[in-house]
Amino acid sequence: MLIPVKEKKLMDVKLGELPSWILMRDFTPKGIAGAFQRGYYRYYNKYVNVKRGGVAGISMVLAAYVLFNYCRCYKELKHERLRKYH
Amino acid sequence: MNESLFTSFITPTMMGVPIVVLIIMFPSILLPSPSRLVDNRLVSIQQWLVRLTSKQMLSIHNHKGQTWALMLMSLILFIGSTNLLGLLPHSFTPTTQLSMNLGMAIPLWAGTVAIGLRYKTKTSLAHFLPQGTPFPLIPMLVIIETISLFIQPMALAVRLTANITAGHLLIHLIGGATLALMSISTITALITFTILVLLTILEFAVALIQAYVFTLLVSLYLHDNT
Repeated sequence: MLIPVKEKKLMDVKLGELPSWILMRDFTPKGIAGAFQRGYYRYYNKYVNVKRGGVAGISMVLAAYVLFNYCRCYKELKHERLRKYH
Repeated sequence: MNESLFTSFITPTMMGVPIVVLIIMFPSILLPSPSRLVDNRLVSIQQWLVRLTSKQMLSIHNHKGQTWALMLMSLILFIGSTNLLGLLPHSFTPTTQLSMNLGMAIPLWAGTVAIGLRYKTKTSLAHFLPQGTPFPLIPMLVIIETISLFIQPMALAVRLTANITAGHLLIHLIGGATLALMSISTITALITFTILVLLTILEFAVALIQAYVFTLLVSLYLHDNT
């Protein structure tokens, strides 16, 4: 049975069809907002919205936030590495 | 030893300006809204805290003042979460920018003054003259009270800015000093300990939010009721 590329899930797409699959995704603002919403709820329902959630759910988010800020300031932090000669 | 820009991490962290909006909106991700009767642990903890704080804070007001409940609670949540997130390494705290604190302080203060003037004109104008002042002192006292009224929003904004900025700066400086002194130890232990203590005290930045909202609240109370 031939399913058009448009409707396949990512795991079913063959490697050669990958560029066309990426290009047919919805890049309108509504589509991008939908993608963020889906991603957020996927994380939320897996790690936070559970019966016995722990500190891991929120601390992973905070660790990612720290990493993001580190990447943001890397240019200025480069000078502060522990070296003998700068 | 690298003293190139030990104060370069001051507050105006000049990132590509658009990212600031994302950083300001980030705490909202950590505060999910309750949707069921019994939610997950994160939401339950936050609900409990909000209920505790709101009961404590709104007990002073009469019915009219309690219409401000949502505003005050969201204010304390925002400032609290933003300040606490600023304690993470390398992060940017929006409340260190005076512009933002002025933007929060001036409209809220003006709102309280406007409510007082509109609904209780005589009482709010009477605030300018405390009871029992000797007759010759009245003109001067009115001027002083007017000045103290107009300084309220400035004080609110500058208090928050200065406290948070000073705390962050101290952490940077003391941390840098500790690193530099690592090669000349025995003083290191002392300074590291100072950092730890300072950081713990700084985590009472949450107390600063308390101060902020409380001061705002007192002002609201005085203008609205009495």
